[in-house]
Amino acid sequence: MTPAWTLISAFAAALIVLLLPARAAMASRVVALVASIIGAVAAGSACLAKLANPDAAPWSFDREWIPNLGSRFHLAADGLSLTLLFLTGITAIAGVLFSWNIEKRPRAFFAFFMTIIGGVYGVFLSRDAFLLFVFYEIVILPKYMLIAIWGSTNKEYGAMKLTMYSIGASSLILIGLVAAYAAAGATSFDIAHLAAATYPPAMQAWAFPVLFLGFAVLAGIWPFHTWAPTGHVAAPTAASMLLAGVVMKLGAFGALCVAMPLFPQGFEQYKALIAGLAVVGIIYGALTALSQKDLKFIIGYSSVSHMGFILLGLAAANHWGLRGAVLQMISHGIIAGLLFGIAGRVVYERTHTRDLTELGRFDLWKSLPGAALAFTLATAASMGLPGFSGFVAEISVIIGLWQVYPWLTIAVAAGIILTGVFSLRALYRAFFPEREAGAAPPPKLPPLTWPEISAMGLLLAVSIAIGIYPKPWVQLIDDGLRSPLFQSILSLP
Amino acid sequence: MADHYHLLLWCVPLLPLLAGGIIAFLPDAKGRIASKLAIGALFVSCLLALGALGCVLPAGTVRIPAPLTWFTFGDVTLKIGLLLDPLSAGMAAMVTFVALWIFIYSLGYMEKEKRFGRFFGFLSLFCGAMLMVVLSSSLLLLFMAWELVGLASYLLIGFYYEKPSAAAAAQKAFITTRIGDMAFFLGMIWLYGHSGTLLFYDGGNGLLESGALSSLAGATTIGGLTVSAAASLLLLVGAMGKSGQVPLHTWLPDAMEGPTPVSALIHAATMVAAGVFLVARTHPIFSLGGDTGIALTATAWIGAITALYAALVAMAQYDIKRILAYSTVSQLGFMMIALGTGGVAAAMFHLIAHAFFKALLFLSAGSVIHGCHEEQDIRKMGGLRKAMPKTFLVYAIGMMALAGFPFVFSGFWSKEAILHSAEYWPGGKGPFLIAACAALLTAFYMTRQALLVFFGESRSPESHPHESPLVMIVPLFVLAAGAVLLSIIGTPLWPWFEKWIHGEAAVFHAGAFGEKGAIGLLVLSFVIVTVGVGASVAVYRNAMASSDTPDPLCSKLGGFWRFLENAMGFDAFYQKAVINPLAFFAGGIDMLERMIFVPLMGLAEMAIKGCGRITRASDEVGLNKGFDGVCDGLRERADSTSRSQTGSPQGYLRTIGLGVTVLLVLYFWLSAG
Repeated sequence: MTPAWTLISAFAAALIVLLLPARAAMASRVVALVASIIGAVAAGSACLAKLANPDAAPWSFDREWIPNLGSRFHLAADGLSLTLLFLTGITAIAGVLFSWNIEKRPRAFFAFFMTIIGGVYGVFLSRDAFLLFVFYEIVILPKYMLIAIWGSTNKEYGAMKLTMYSIGASSLILIGLVAAYAAAGATSFDIAHLAAATYPPAMQAWAFPVLFLGFAVLAGIWPFHTWAPTGHVAAPTAASMLLAGVVMKLGAFGALCVAMPLFPQGFEQYKALIAGLAVVGIIYGALTALSQKDLKFIIGYSSVSHMGFILLGLAAANHWGLRGAVLQMISHGIIAGLLFGIAGRVVYERTHTRDLTELGRFDLWKSLPGAALAFTLATAASMGLPGFSGFVAEISVIIGLWQVYPWLTIAVAAGIILTGVFSLRALYRAFFPEREAGAAPPPKLPPLTWPEISAMGLLLAVSIAIGIYPKPWVQLIDDGLRSPLFQSILSLP
Repeated sequence: MADHYHLLLWCVPLLPLLAGGIIAFLPDAKGRIASKLAIGALFVSCLLALGALGCVLPAGTVRIPAPLTWFTFGDVTLKIGLLLDPLSAGMAAMVTFVALWIFIYSLGYMEKEKRFGRFFGFLSLFCGAMLMVVLSSSLLLLFMAWELVGLASYLLIGFYYEKPSAAAAAQKAFITTRIGDMAFFLGMIWLYGHSGTLLFYDGGNGLLESGALSSLAGATTIGGLTVSAAASLLLLVGAMGKSGQVPLHTWLPDAMEGPTPVSALIHAATMVAAGVFLVARTHPIFSLGGDTGIALTATAWIGAITALYAALVAMAQYDIKRILAYSTVSQLGFMMIALGTGGVAAAMFHLIAHAFFKALLFLSAGSVIHGCHEEQDIRKMGGLRKAMPKTFLVYAIGMMALAGFPFVFSGFWSKEAILHSAEYWPGGKGPFLIAACAALLTAFYMTRQALLVFFGESRSPESHPHESPLVMIVPLFVLAAGAVLLSIIGTPLWPWFEKWIHGEAAVFHAGAFGEKGAIGLLVLSFVIVTVGVGASVAVYRNAMASSDTPDPLCSKLGGFWRFLENAMGFDAFYQKAVINPLAFFAGGIDMLERMIFVPLMGLAEMAIKGCGRITRASDEVGLNKGFDGVCDGLRERADSTSRSQTGSPQGYLRTIGLGVTVLLVLYFWLSAG
């Protein structure tokens, strides 16, 4: 199976689900699940093929699309794209499994869900800036719908805020891309072509921050991060998972694969600022998470903190940093998906509260021991303990950072300690609460279902697999980083 | 052959890890199977570790299996692997052996526990990770296992998580050691950034080999510090966190909230010694600055301060386990003194001897607690030697080993080696004098504890203490034998251990006591123990009539006693100086988030809505008027035409007839024309 099957299966599933008879809940779930599995298998088998035969030419698909603009329908998959496709596939499977019980308009839900997945696949595969932008925009509308229709807590506000930020950011991206297109001769939107062109330093100095910020907003860069926690909280579980798991990675991917290669000199001017904002984000996110009462807000702010590591890796702009950034994209995608899945689906749907004090009444470690175990492991992973993917990513970013801004590593280490503090606080108060002697016995909760168990198991297994043996993943990522696209960044002084 | 051996060495840490993994999937009801699995895996692992020890017994043997590549990019690789040398083999043998007996003891001690199986799962996880720490051939794998050890410790301290104090202690332990861990982490990154490798030995290119060492010693950084000194200090902070050195020690006494076998295994014998092990392992980097370089001086002084501080605090505690916990902190301080003053072998000898007699003390304390129906306050005990004679016997052996009773106890010889190392340290006599004071206090507080627990009359007549079952007593005797027999390998007459660690062969040295200062030191050690024990007996013999009687020293020392009782106020200080400000700061950031970002968003929303109002108004006034006018006109016309829609077939037929007629007339008229 070629990587094209990721795109085809996702969009085909969205269509098929819409053609199903009304209220065909089970059928739409199954279609979405099968399509997600096809996508993950396609991406995974392409990864394995790449590992088995690293020198084979990457898969690509290049057809004329909008000749007047010079935009072509150009898809290609190197190792870096493949790992991100695989992450998307895994998150999609887990998302469908965690949404198994959706009864409210299931057809529409899964159609929107699969459209987002398809758009994300498209972004990771696009080698044409215009095509990339189109896929990028495809993601926005279904995202709004998922939150506004199936969301909870202040959902219209959260959905609107998220959409406003997304659209504002998109307009920045469009400005940046069009500027590059025009300056490069207005003949082609091909990313490699745009990156090969030389732009005057004065233009890079304004075009880089515009384009980078456009992408970075979606990656939750401080101080443009506030859409993320409110959006995550308002969103239904699967949408939180997709938002934190893959949609935020679109921003990071765009920053890495479009903004930085296009304007390397502009990047050079701003990288210290980016590193500074990333570190502020890491500590700020952790501190804010420390004083939240809503479990999803805690996870939302922890995402802001963890996304800081991605930006930090990008700002370090060396092999270790970029590799760490991509590893963190994957790792955070998996772990945030897991945390949101447990907090939003497994716990909230049974207790109907996410308030730490309220959750204390349920004695979750007794009434839902499986969820408590999974959340404990997810917390360990989120804290970056060795054996989980987060450690591999963080150590790579920090080794990279050490070579460029050694003093910042101290602040990052402080951020890691704070992450431990807020994570343990949340874990204890939500799952292992103190109980007064005479308190009423906890209410009985329905046991875990198979879709939940398999989704949690799947995500944990991937995180542990990366944490114990990162070599193949790093090999794939490095394959992508060898592309000529990044040489202008890696050769920076 | 080499491959088999490589595989077997990996089995030492992996078997317990695997057992832990399997137990995680067993239901609680299968606790018995879980315990058998854990003990079986550890038993095999122990045999293998002893075999590995046998491999390196001949002086100077070191074996380094080829490392695995964990990461690779171009010519940059991160490798991990195992290393077998006297240091790691000795530690691995000690860890597996002591742990095995603690596992067996737990069969009895944890018998009534509902989560019996899970307990063994966590213990197995811990042992696997700890063995990985000691056998690792790279700083990276050591760090990874180090963190895993911390996780296991966290899970086990918080084992009784329904108890709020246990949950709090677990979090405190994890966070405090994590502060040290991050320093370790940065030190590791620094070493990697400078030397490009984290393997200890790699055919001349390793971190602890001459090439990397000379480059580390040659480079200077902020404040004229060499890179080696700076990185060593960071590693030292990591070791301080794990090994409970002042000021990162406060978690260790609280960790006694865990079940007693956990205190014995993790918080006395093995994990807390990991910091000492780390410094011993990376000692070549520490000693690059010379014997009195900043890294070693800091190590020696931190050890000295910790040894004295904890010994003082231990004097004023009432909880049987807390006394032992502070004594552990103090003994770890002794090991640090030895490391700082160049006595790596002395530190390791004390580490291994301490593991035996401290595990023994904790387990016998557990037996006491078990026999006294979960009572831990020594004021409420007394006279237990009659009710629990076997426990009393082994406890006395452990206590004498710790206090340093002369000649037949390992603790005497190991402490003597430390004092010897400190006395001849060129950096000054401070650590030596402090260590001597701390040794005296050790004899004092241990005698106090023994007197209050086992001698005199029972101060809780209503309780009926009983001796523990055989499954708990046998491990105690094994460890007691170890605490005595270990002294054979560490006397000055035949300093086998010291030579072996340094890769040399030991010779019997009959004239050892005749050497400069040797007899003087022996006499000093002897005097220290006698004075400490004697003073304690003088104060505490018949001192406590009932459980309400205040401690005799309390009335004499007054405020200072209470200061000691509160462990010199570290906890209160941290609460005020760190935790409260952090909570305040986090609250402030949260306020900022609510006060600035949310209103900003609100402002943007208002602005957009305002624009919307304006455009809507212009629509209403400007555009709608015209458009509506046209529409109204259309609608009126439609009204009049719709009146013909009567719904009556006759009417429609009539209209059709009229139409047909008109068409026919038109047709003929046009064709005629």
